[in-house]
Amino acid sequence: MLIRTKNRSDVRSSEITSETVYQDRRRFLKKGGQFALAGLGLTLVGCSDDLTQTIAAKNTPASTDVNIPQFNAPQWLQQKVAAHTKSQFLTEDALTPYPTVAGYNNFYEFGYGKQDPAEHAKDLITDPWSVIVEGAVEKPGTYTLEDILKPHDLEERIYRLRCVEAWSMVVPWVGYSLANMLKRFQPTSKAKYVEFHTLYDPEQMPGQRSRLSSIEYPYVEGLRIDEAINPLTFMAVGLYGKTLPPQNGAPLRLVVPWKYGFKSIKSIVRIRFTETIPRTTWVKSGPSEYGFFANVNPNVDHPRWSQAMERRLPDTLWEPNRIETRMFNGYEEEVAHLYSGMDLSKYY
Amino acid sequence: MDWVARTKLLIFPLCLAPLGFLIQAVLSNTLGPDPANTLTRDLGEWALIFLCAGLAITPLRTITGVNKLIRFRRMIGLFALLYALLHVIAYLAFMLGWQWLTLLEDLYKRPYIIVGAMAVVILVALGITSTKPMMRRLGKNWVKLHKLVYLAASLAVLHFLWLVKSDYTEPVVYGLTILSLLILRVPGFKKALRF
Ligand code: HEM
Repeated sequence: MLIRTKNRSDVRSSEITSETVYQDRRRFLKKGGQFALAGLGLTLVGCSDDLTQTIAAKNTPASTDVNIPQFNAPQWLQQKVAAHTKSQFLTEDALTPYPTVAGYNNFYEFGYGKQDPAEHAKDLITDPWSVIVEGAVEKPGTYTLEDILKPHDLEERIYRLRCVEAWSMVVPWVGYSLANMLKRFQPTSKAKYVEFHTLYDPEQMPGQRSRLSSIEYPYVEGLRIDEAINPLTFMAVGLYGKTLPPQNGAPLRLVVPWKYGFKSIKSIVRIRFTETIPRTTWVKSGPSEYGFFANVNPNVDHPRWSQAMERRLPDTLWEPNRIETRMFNGYEEEVAHLYSGMDLSKYY
Repeated sequence: MDWVARTKLLIFPLCLAPLGFLIQAVLSNTLGPDPANTLTRDLGEWALIFLCAGLAITPLRTITGVNKLIRFRRMIGLFALLYALLHVIAYLAFMLGWQWLTLLEDLYKRPYIIVGAMAVVILVALGITSTKPMMRRLGKNWVKLHKLVYLAASLAVLHFLWLVKSDYTEPVVYGLTILSLLILRVPGFKKALRF
């Protein structure tokens, strides 16, 4: 469908056309079977298994036998996630190893250090979980997570994730397209935007008790409705084949791969359809630094640092993994049309 | 060797310890998935800590009446300079991959880097003039010049405040520390402290 093949933006001189790669990966997947292995297979470059192994060894120490832990999650959700199918949303970049994806997080509700969320979020109660749907919809109400997920099959998508802080990862999510989720609530013609809220629970989320914080809770993010129903926009409930770790936004989080990571809101409890532009957390905290759109754009600097390059994690000091940031994080072909005629240096 | 010299021998390796631990962490690859940023930040924070420690010496001397404490000050100050320089080098080497142009761009575009660089310039000037011959040469002006260390420390705190994304706790704590150390030098307070 969308991503897999020859977007011009996807192919770089060092890479071989993706069709063969894709095929190779398929074969590799079948052969390897195991998910962790599948991750390694991704490195592309026309992978002979040999080469794959070398690259894998370099990028992902010991991840051939990484055990992806299972965090607290109801049985039905574990089964549902385990039953996911592969999709054609792939990237040509090597997967970021699980320990990095689940160990290096921005989730300020659980602290400001990158390791804090993994430490403080692990007991987050995610069952029972429900989501309030409100605003410009035919079917508002409080839906349990099971309700929400029941009609949908889950798939795995591998997306690049670019943080506004100039680091990036490549992550295998499990979930389904946001469009499919939102359709069921039957948005009315007044629904121009969708707003999402993270759980607000200072008892469980120590960061929400902080006094010297410039950001207000609950965390709020939003999308224009056409962005929300773009086929790339994804609602994730799983990571690396298991249910989401709490630090990655369990049980339900957004993934918008062409936008800076802070748009991909975690642990969602409220979805509101609005006619006016949502007042999102980072925009409130620093309107000159963070815009509503927050599309990945190497040409528009954050006032405090350049966005032209990124550190692809895990990084090492001696062989810095610095790569050029791509327009819309490399998803230009899929999403650029959403912004045609807009001055992206003004609507950053 | 008097007790000051002996204690210095002890404190010197102590001041190097953070650097030692950082080097060890670099070599054993335990700085996490984004080592460049962690290393840069840790070095910056140590520079600030040494600045605060250096600023604490005069008030400490007033409080305890141990005048010889002053002989530790230069060493502590020079360690602040060392960590600050390493901090900038780590930024340039590991975060920017030696892209001087980006640093130059930072130096006119990004307020937090501009104030950081101003602090570095001051610290370097103070480091160069920290020797005995320099003290003699500058005479009274030496004291005036070295009062700039308060400016350097304030600029470093401003640098920290401006780079924070949302949690101001740490820079505010450093800021209050420096402010209190400054207040302790106000003549009225000084008298009160001496009992
Ligand atoms: C040209 C001069 C300087 C440059 C280019 C510079 C650059 C940086 C950078 C890039 C960061 C990390 C920002 C990030 O993670 O996004 C940082 C953090 C920091 N710097 Fe500097 N800096 C300079 C001077 C100084 C000086 C002189 C001090 C102190 C004496 C200092 C203390 C700090 C501190 C305390 C932090 C934050 C550490 C933390 O987050 O825990 N910097 N600096």
